[in-house]
Amino acid sequence: MTSSNDLSKLEADLLSEIAGAADLSAIEAVRVSALGKKGRVSELMSRLGSLPPEERKGFGQTVNTLKSKVADALDARKAVLEDAALDARLKTERADVTLPVRLGAELEGRIHPVSQVLDEVIEIFADMGFAVAEGPDIETDAMNFDKLNIPAEHPARQDHDTFYFSPKPDGTRLLLRTHTSPVQIRTMSNQKPPIRIIAPGRVYRCDSDQTHTPMFHQIEGLVIDESTHMGHLKWVLQEFCKAFFEVDEVKMRFRASHFPFTEPSMEVDVGAEAIGKPGKWLEILGCGMVHPNVLRNCGLDPEKYQGFAFGVGLDRLAMLKYGIPDLRPFFGGDLRWLRHYGFGVLDVPTLGGGISG
Amino acid sequence: MKFTLSWLKDHLDTTKNVAELEAKLNAIGLEVESIEDPGAKLGAFTVARILEAKKHPNADKLQVVQVEVAKGQPPLEVVCGAPNARAGLVGVFAPLGTYIPGSNITLEKKPVRGVVSNGMMCSAAELELSQESDGIIELDESFAGKIGQPYADAAGLNDPVIEVKLTPNRPDCTGVRGIARDLAAAGMGKLKPEPKLGAVEGKEPCPVSIKLEFPKEAASACPVFAGRVVQGVKNGPSPAWLQNRLKAVGLRPINALVDVTNYISLDRGRPLHVYDATKLKGAIRARLGKDGEKFLGLDGKEHAVDDTMCVIADDSGPLGLGGIMGGEASGSTDATTTVFIESAYFDPVRTATTGRKTGLQTDARYRFERGVDPAFVLGGLDLATDMILKLCGGEPTKSAIAGKEPVETRAIAFDFARIEKLTGVNLSDADIETTLESLGFKIDRNASNAKVTVPTWRPDVHGAADLVEEVVRIAGLERVPATPLPRLYGVTRAVLTDKQKRARRARRLLASRGLTEAVTWSFITKDEATLFGGGGDALDLANPISSELSSMRPGLLPGLLMAVTRNRNRGASDVALFELGQAYRGDKPEDQYLVAAGVRAGTARATGAGRHWDGRSEAVTAFDVKADVFAALTALGIDPSKAQITRDAPSWYHPGRSATLRLGPKTVLAHFGEVHPATLKTLDVEAPVAAFEVFLDALPPEKKKSRAKAPLAASDLLPVKRDFAFVVGKDVAAGDVIKAAAAADKSLIQSVTVFDVFEGGALAAEGKKSIAIEVTLQPATETLNDASIESIAQKIVSDVKKATGGEIRS
Repeated sequence: MTSSNDLSKLEADLLSEIAGAADLSAIEAVRVSALGKKGRVSELMSRLGSLPPEERKGFGQTVNTLKSKVADALDARKAVLEDAALDARLKTERADVTLPVRLGAELEGRIHPVSQVLDEVIEIFADMGFAVAEGPDIETDAMNFDKLNIPAEHPARQDHDTFYFSPKPDGTRLLLRTHTSPVQIRTMSNQKPPIRIIAPGRVYRCDSDQTHTPMFHQIEGLVIDESTHMGHLKWVLQEFCKAFFEVDEVKMRFRASHFPFTEPSMEVDVGAEAIGKPGKWLEILGCGMVHPNVLRNCGLDPEKYQGFAFGVGLDRLAMLKYGIPDLRPFFGGDLRWLRHYGFGVLDVPTLGGGISG
Repeated sequence: MKFTLSWLKDHLDTTKNVAELEAKLNAIGLEVESIEDPGAKLGAFTVARILEAKKHPNADKLQVVQVEVAKGQPPLEVVCGAPNARAGLVGVFAPLGTYIPGSNITLEKKPVRGVVSNGMMCSAAELELSQESDGIIELDESFAGKIGQPYADAAGLNDPVIEVKLTPNRPDCTGVRGIARDLAAAGMGKLKPEPKLGAVEGKEPCPVSIKLEFPKEAASACPVFAGRVVQGVKNGPSPAWLQNRLKAVGLRPINALVDVTNYISLDRGRPLHVYDATKLKGAIRARLGKDGEKFLGLDGKEHAVDDTMCVIADDSGPLGLGGIMGGEASGSTDATTTVFIESAYFDPVRTATTGRKTGLQTDARYRFERGVDPAFVLGGLDLATDMILKLCGGEPTKSAIAGKEPVETRAIAFDFARIEKLTGVNLSDADIETTLESLGFKIDRNASNAKVTVPTWRPDVHGAADLVEEVVRIAGLERVPATPLPRLYGVTRAVLTDKQKRARRARRLLASRGLTEAVTWSFITKDEATLFGGGGDALDLANPISSELSSMRPGLLPGLLMAVTRNRNRGASDVALFELGQAYRGDKPEDQYLVAAGVRAGTARATGAGRHWDGRSEAVTAFDVKADVFAALTALGIDPSKAQITRDAPSWYHPGRSATLRLGPKTVLAHFGEVHPATLKTLDVEAPVAAFEVFLDALPPEKKKSRAKAPLAASDLLPVKRDFAFVVGKDVAAGDVIKAAAAADKSLIQSVTVFDVFEGGALAAEGKKSIAIEVTLQPATETLNDASIESIAQKIVSDVKKATGGEIRS
């Protein structure tokens, strides 16, 4: 028989042992000695069967109360000890968060300004229905000059400072295209109007100073159908300039000029307000209505078809928009320059998200 | 083309100011390059008179002069060192504070040897009017009444000089009158009538006979040659007004006869030449040159001619190049009393060709190669005769003419509606007619169409489009109405081709791997081209700008490697660059191909370059660039695991640490690997560098798949992983081990990865290495039991052994 005094003592002993447990293994030991199979509380329960039936209920209730009290005390103490143990561990775990990290390759790499600006220009012209056409750098006299209404001795041919290859046995000689206009010829010769294309690419001239390099980039634009006129050309250029320079209004000046492959011809200046330098005019491109001879040279009837063409320097557009002072370093592969003037991978020009990102 | 405002006003009656004229010139296609007002820098200088000159008390070579600077004002005391300073001299005075352009000083009030000078009497050099610095300017008596006036006004030096950049189609505007005609048409004033000439045709026949001696096929070289002799001329310096005009536009006055020809050339776009008739031997002949012939040009240099050039010769041989330059020997001098005036027409094409061949850039060539007015050959001769008679006196002979002015009348059928159709500009018929007529076109109108006759000075106008240009540029391009280009679709459609999309994607993929995009020259040195498999003569430029840029590149690596070196020389050794651009296998369009190439130098790996506390900085290897290639291909829709890796990369790669990636025997997708040490040495690049080339044109087209994705096949059953370590011969390719293991049960084995390669220790001594793989099995229908896992494992072991000879490591 166990007296209530014995039970009280057991409870007091156990609670004191629990309170005195210094760490998680000590508390586990107390748990086993109290509630384990052979534990002191479990043992009391095993005596239940030997009690007279009328005492069983009361005894059982008393032991159960003790058991839950002890279990609660064990849990509570365990939680305290676990917190303490975690605190102790965390005190030993310490990172120097001032150490520098790498941002990752995605932010290291750069897109060249010419590629970026090309993407911008394509995005804008795509919205106006222009596809992108391409042609070879090594061209014939016919493609680069003759078919563009620049006969062999035309003075304009001298302005082009052409790079030539050595003559072939048959006397012909190839050249590096001096403009992207041969792509006009290739397109009109291979495709029935309506035509709306831009043709970006490398072009070459024997010239070198701060604003001229022997290689640079141009974009040709060409629209041919039965009704496109100079007013459409003007609109396209105005819309392009607004979209490209990302301004609401752009001042433009159209000056009569002369190119052998267009008639009438214009040169176009943009008010430098567009790049934050009011009061100046920037010459940006030449354009005009495609010359009847050029249409004829491509097998198109100038009485039926008409349209416009323009040519603009891609590098020059990049310089103007992004404040790049000198053309020569475009082709030098200097990492300092490329990192400074280049663009991030994520700066993908879109009409919805913004042309310059 | 340079002219002064007052010169323009000889032909144009206008009240417009310079700014208005400039704006209009720009608008109508005569681009103004510069406007200089030479009077602007002389603003402070005034006309003054020396009243009294005394020797300086403290200096032998100086004088102290009293200067009258304005009527009715007390004179100023000025110290002057000029020997010609004397009482009564009228000269040019600079008050204190004036900037003196010729000596780059600003006058300050300070004593000169003890005497304070209140200004300065100036020399011509100090005003940058000439080199004359020996004494102060002495003005003639006409200035005596202009004391106190600004010198620039009094001397007529405030005449703005306008320079226009002519397009090659406008020979008519190589003369001031042509420019005036354009401006008058554009509403800037009225074109003045042609000046009346005196009697220029003499009674005596011209004593110099003129002959055109061309073979039939070259007859166009000089279809007409006219001349006239004036006897008893008095040559010498031309009058000041003429000299000033020539000087203002940058020409050096020579003598009256030559100055007349230069003046008419500028005034009317009509080049002429004068000969000292006494120096001519026999007839004057226009003919083709002969190889070996030479002449001493007016530029003082000897010029060889050939049989494509048009020369003017006498019995002694060539005197000059027709349309380009006259000769020294037959030219006029101050002593010339009998002058022969030449006015001829030289073929533009031949003139341009000869000009290019000889490199001679002259005012005559500038005009003849554009095509001078063929109907003004005789008119020009008469004009010159008239002017010579007025300036030099003398007695003219009759003119002599060989050939005929090559005037062709061009009439163009012109439907006025064409203007609006081509430009959108709506103009009244009357406006159109007025514009064309004021430019010199003649219009013959009937009900439906107009016949427009082109003036002889406009060889550039051939068709209706040209007339549209004439009308619209004069009407003003601002009248072209901006008109929206009709939209093709409500919402924009994609325009890029698959190839263009791939290039875009490749560019951003490579940049996302830490590579920076460069754009390098399409031409490189011949040696570099040869080193990289190119260098064929067909791809050498005949006229390169330098030997550095002389051969078309066979690939992009030479340019990138040279950029690596340049960056290293600037202190950047960890360099990761790529370029996406064209290279050339030959000179045909199909020989041009698109490459994405990259280089990684030093420790420039995708995980980061340079030393870092978080990891070792290791030099780049073939695997860094292999990853670039595989990532690029994957991003472009190519599964690189389906391609074959062969060990036959080109010679510029390290033979043991490089590979070629192929689809079948013919299609090369890419090369990658470390760059050959010998190649690096030749290019003076410091090792290590790994490089890759992906041939974008060679990639098979992307298969058009349905946009809807296939349903996700994700098993609920857990995958099982098993590790195997094989001991294989050291030359066995890991790829073969992977392939054999993966093929052991294609339906169950989901992936095989290599997690360890060990080549050291005892194995190395046996010529072997260990390759450890992890095989992931993904059951589809039921959980794998131990027995089935074991049976697959056995098969993997035996298949790998069969394929590679590898033994499972115990």
